[in-house]
Amino acid sequence: MLNIKNLQARIGENQILNGIDLKVNAGEVHAIMGPNGSGKSTLASVLAGREDYEVTGGKIDFLGKDLLELSPEDRAREGIFMAFQYPVEIPGVSTINFMKTALNQIRTYRGQQALDAVSFLQLMKEKMKLVEIDQSLLNRSLNEGFSGGEKKRNEIFQMAMLEPKLAILDETDSGLDIDALRIVANGVNKLRNKNNATIVVTHYQRLLDYIVPDYVHVLYKGKIVKSGTKELALELEAKGYDWIKNEIAVA
Amino acid sequence: MSKSNQVLEEITSKEYEHGWTVNLETDEAPKGLNEDIVRFISAKKNEPEWLLDWRLKAFRQWQKMTEPKWPNVTYPAINYQDIIYYSAPKQKVKPNSLNEVDPELIKTFEKLGISLTEQKRLTGVAVDAVIDSVSVATTFKEKLSELGIIFCSFSEAVKEHPELVKKYLGSVVPIGDNYFAALNSAVFSDGSFCYIPKGVRCPMELSTYFRINAANTGQFERTLIVADEGSYVSYLEGCTAPMRDENQLHAAVVELYTMKGAEIKYSTVQNWYPGDKNGKGGIYNFVTKRGLCAGDHSKISWTQVETGSAITWKYPSCILKGDYSVGEFYSVAVTNNYQQADTGTKMIHIGKNTRSRIVSKGISAGKSQNSYRGQVHVMKRATNARNHSQCDSLLMGDQCGAHTFPYIDVENNSARIEHEATTSKIGEDQIFYCLQRGIDEEAAVALIVNGYAKEVLNQLPMEFAVEAQKLLALTLEGSVG
Ligand SMILES: Nc1ncnc2c1ncn2[C@@H]1O[C@H](COP(=O)(O)OP(=O)(O)OP(=O)(O)O)[C@@H](O)[C@H]1O
Ligand SMILES: [Mg+2]
Repeated sequence: MLNIKNLQARIGENQILNGIDLKVNAGEVHAIMGPNGSGKSTLASVLAGREDYEVTGGKIDFLGKDLLELSPEDRAREGIFMAFQYPVEIPGVSTINFMKTALNQIRTYRGQQALDAVSFLQLMKEKMKLVEIDQSLLNRSLNEGFSGGEKKRNEIFQMAMLEPKLAILDETDSGLDIDALRIVANGVNKLRNKNNATIVVTHYQRLLDYIVPDYVHVLYKGKIVKSGTKELALELEAKGYDWIKNEIAVA
Repeated sequence: MSKSNQVLEEITSKEYEHGWTVNLETDEAPKGLNEDIVRFISAKKNEPEWLLDWRLKAFRQWQKMTEPKWPNVTYPAINYQDIIYYSAPKQKVKPNSLNEVDPELIKTFEKLGISLTEQKRLTGVAVDAVIDSVSVATTFKEKLSELGIIFCSFSEAVKEHPELVKKYLGSVVPIGDNYFAALNSAVFSDGSFCYIPKGVRCPMELSTYFRINAANTGQFERTLIVADEGSYVSYLEGCTAPMRDENQLHAAVVELYTMKGAEIKYSTVQNWYPGDKNGKGGIYNFVTKRGLCAGDHSKISWTQVETGSAITWKYPSCILKGDYSVGEFYSVAVTNNYQQADTGTKMIHIGKNTRSRIVSKGISAGKSQNSYRGQVHVMKRATNARNHSQCDSLLMGDQCGAHTFPYIDVENNSARIEHEATTSKIGEDQIFYCLQRGIDEEAAVALIVNGYAKEVLNQLPMEFAVEAQKLLALTLEGSVG
């Protein structure tokens, strides 16, 4: 599904990604971990097409398309979804209105008809249940005055609405209490199937108890320095990052 | 030569010939303004003596006045002797079909979702009898007259209801109120008159659209709305479709008058030609709009969506004379490219327990300048006056300007005045968030801007609000990135 080869990117003079290789197949869940500032959000942003980041080398293939050639909105329409680490506020625009606009633009791109009001409402009700979110929240201005947990849950609701092929969750677990964490993780799990894939960026093993990854990667100084299975996450939890840093220093 | 001068220059280059005698047979006055011209206009309209005198008085006042220089706008000097102040409504050559109309205009209409019938009406395409708006207007008028509501052109009102016109004309905006109001009073061409009798609630939104013979009276328009005790009316002015006019200077006057317990809700969508991307051309819109809450417990509410004109100078105001009267001002003013807007309101609290509310949302893009200017004046007698003002500015890009000029005068200690102001920018983060959800930039800007202006748009009548939303998006098209 996704094939990243030797990806390099910078912002201004700062080289942040230094040759990333990553392959994600349909049906898989990949966890990306790594110390603060190692480039996890940058990688997510580059995948989503944020223009502040200049790609200085490498290739990304997404479902047979050259991802780097696509505009951010077309990437979304092709099925890439990013749950933001810091979702922004849009005053005066409700989540419902926002989703209606998004869904209809995506459908138009795919040559489908816009959803009529009834079908949209039906879809919304169904997805609300899935992520256990209250309609009153969806009627409010997007993210405005939302608690940290509400913002994250709203991101997952949007993901449920748009049914992406590749979802990138950037620290969706941060700021969630135990119950919310379980609800969000359950939502993600319910949306999983053999045709889609998920990349989970997290600092905590805890989330991976709920969303069980097929692979775990450690990002450090803009490179994937170690990959493994879910046991790697447990090891990191126990030992921290120093042993990996040391390993690299030795090598 | 500056761009605007050029436009004025193009209109004509003939000098005003002094001593010219009035020839009633001509359809057009020579350019320039003097007493003869004022007499000519009045004679052309068969006006009664008192109205001519009123015009002349206004003209004499105007001559002694100077153009205001305090608005935060710049434009080349206007040569008032270079303007034609009267020309009879011309039968323009009507296009036979929409195919003959400027395709750019049609494209805009389509984006605004304006129906084909409406497109034809706006572009003057000859329409067949069945869909002719005149027939709609006739039934409409019959309904209103059953209720005793008077709704007609100003000229008609002068003929049919002189006592009402005489009583209220200039009662809210006196002839010498300001330079442009004085000019309008001297030379106004036509406009609308509306009277709602005691206790009547006007069952439909009144708009000039439904007024028969609403010919092009754009340049010096005069509107007078009188709401008698306990009555209510909602009035719509303008339309979202782009309006072009060969006259560059527009100076309209609108007067609203509410008696005890009456309410007038006045909504405007102003979309005059703003000039091109380089700031060439465009309408100068210098408007005086004021409402007088004469009676106790009366209410006047202004809602405006201002997207057009090269220069806007406009302060719809409320004089809260009656005790417990209420004034409201809701405004969205958008400027793009080289547009300049200096707009806001005045709330004059005279009566006791009067309340006013101001919500102003400025949006500036391109190289435009957008100023809010608002005055809240609480007079000595106005015990327990309340005002709440919210003035927000939204900037798109870094070449535009937003300015706020609040003036607060309080002469009574019991007053409670609250003023809030914010300035924000459409963030790249917001845009990217939308893009990431598959929403393209144009739609993203529309979404964000409409969200920002929601509080004001919500005040508009339903269908108008939908059109206004599209209009905002269209005005700002291509102003990000
Ligand atoms: N807009 C920017 N301007 C300058 N430097 C930036 C910018 N965005 C990111 N960086 C830098 O790039 C590096 C990687 O940042 P990134 O946000 O990708 O890290 P992260 O792995 O997601 O960290 P965290 O775990 O704290 O979320 C950091 O050193 C950061 O300061
Ligand atoms: Mg991060």
